[in-house]
Amino acid sequence: MITQILFYLFAVVLLGSAAAVVSARNPVHSVLFLILAFFNAAALFLIAGAEFLAMILVIVYVGAVAVLFLFVVMMLDVDFAELRSGFQRYLPVGATVGAVLLIELGLVLSGWTFATDSAHLRMSPAPVGMSNTEALGRILYTDYVFLFQIAGLILLVAMIGAIVLTLRRRKTSRHQIIRVQTERAVTETLEMIPAPLGAGVASMGGYRRPKVAEPEPVVAEEAEAEGHGHGHH
Amino acid sequence: MYEFFHDTNLGLVLLTVGECLALLVPLLIAVAYLTYAERKVLAAIQLRKGPNVVGPFGLLQPFADALKMLTKETIIPSGSNRVLFLLAPMLTFLLAMLAWAVIPVNAGWVAADINVGILYLFAISSLGVYGIIIAGWASNSKYAFLGALRSAAQMVSYEVSMGFVLVSVLLCVGSLNLSDIVLAQRHIWFCIPLLPMFVIFFVSALAETNRSPFDLPEGESEIVAGFFVEYSSMSFGLFFLGEYANMILMSAMTSILFLGGWLGPFGLLPQLGPLWLILKICVLLFLFIWIRGTMPRYRYDQLMRLGWKVFLPFSLLWLVLTAGALLAFGWLPNVA
Repeated sequence: MITQILFYLFAVVLLGSAAAVVSARNPVHSVLFLILAFFNAAALFLIAGAEFLAMILVIVYVGAVAVLFLFVVMMLDVDFAELRSGFQRYLPVGATVGAVLLIELGLVLSGWTFATDSAHLRMSPAPVGMSNTEALGRILYTDYVFLFQIAGLILLVAMIGAIVLTLRRRKTSRHQIIRVQTERAVTETLEMIPAPLGAGVASMGGYRRPKVAEPEPVVAEEAEAEGHGHGHH
Repeated sequence: MYEFFHDTNLGLVLLTVGECLALLVPLLIAVAYLTYAERKVLAAIQLRKGPNVVGPFGLLQPFADALKMLTKETIIPSGSNRVLFLLAPMLTFLLAMLAWAVIPVNAGWVAADINVGILYLFAISSLGVYGIIIAGWASNSKYAFLGALRSAAQMVSYEVSMGFVLVSVLLCVGSLNLSDIVLAQRHIWFCIPLLPMFVIFFVSALAETNRSPFDLPEGESEIVAGFFVEYSSMSFGLFFLGEYANMILMSAMTSILFLGGWLGPFGLLPQLGPLWLILKICVLLFLFIWIRGTMPRYRYDQLMRLGWKVFLPFSLLWLVLTAGALLAFGWLPNVA
């Protein structure tokens, strides 16, 4: 009884906030509604007894992805009037894509047949006497370990690709090289001058910095290999 | 009596409310006295007296502060987003309280003994950033927004290595339940075999709670007070309470994960139970304040370098080492 009330409550809020994501005028509000939707989906997972998935959903999507999303949306200066002006122009294209997707979804769902013992599995997806964390781990790391690893590799490639595409080496920016700083010795930086008492360096004709060979500027490649970028010049 | 509390709806509701009060009232008092302790310890570090006027030894100072905060005017800046502006401090405070539901204070003394307790804690603590981002954005102020951006980048960065620390602890325990994690430390506290992870976790906890030396989101020397510069009265008070409650929470997490929770050292005086946990939390909180009193604030690029180039590779390496050692010596728990 209470479970059903909770289910409908969370489901209604989920659908409502999902609708608000696409209808909200302010993009920041959209992202906040998206977060609310994630939360309610996590609550539905909890009701279904999949607490591991619920927590992972909150940690990964709400705790990390949505933060970055919010970050970007807040930083972007979105012009709402311009955004809305293109609405009618793109409406036919958008409607076509949407219709195609809807038809595909319909085809997939109409051809759906349930496996013979799925009804039994739906009642208790995790084996008896095993927490769902353990059950998920067993499936992922024993039955489907290669698929799981391949999925991980694909993500890794995507990540490296994103970094390669966006990494620019700017000649103008200077980075701190901690190693150079910590390895600097006192003899290179301090010089004791025997200035006469009460007369100072002025009596010695002023202080002139002795000529020291300028250190070679750190070559970009070498610095890059250490992961620190350019050095001081 | 037992039947009433466990079998009737009214009894269950009363029991739950009672459990919440038993946890939250001491927590709020602890928050109040943490502010007092911080001022006293900082004063001692700086050779001052600290609060000593209100009540004996200034012990009533936190309540005087609370009264002052409550009677001040709540100012909502024009041009701010009113709803989100007021929502942000509530969210911060709520999340700081929410996490305590799964903290075990003694064997079996826990409000919600859930299977995935540690994931719940991680999830809730990773949400803390929203209060700050929303506050910074809704204030419609440059300083607040800069503070929010700093905070978002900082908390996301340090969460990653914190996650790896949690995973290596979980590998040693074989359970996500916090009580199981404590009980797995009966023979040896995890701070000894996992000492580097303990240090990384504690430093990341400093960064997660925006405490010195990582208090850049509120860096008063460059961005005034960062994300809460526009807040006044109780809406500021909620941020303040949330920050201190989070400090206590992080100390409790560190005690449970690495210092054996309610277990005494070498199994000493097991009947003390919760007092051991409180003692450990107090020691860690003292460390928090001590660090604030002695360390200069990090520069932002140094902060990012520490998070991504030092902690992340190191915790990843140590995680692999831990897993390898557990497998090689057959120490893996729960091998079926």
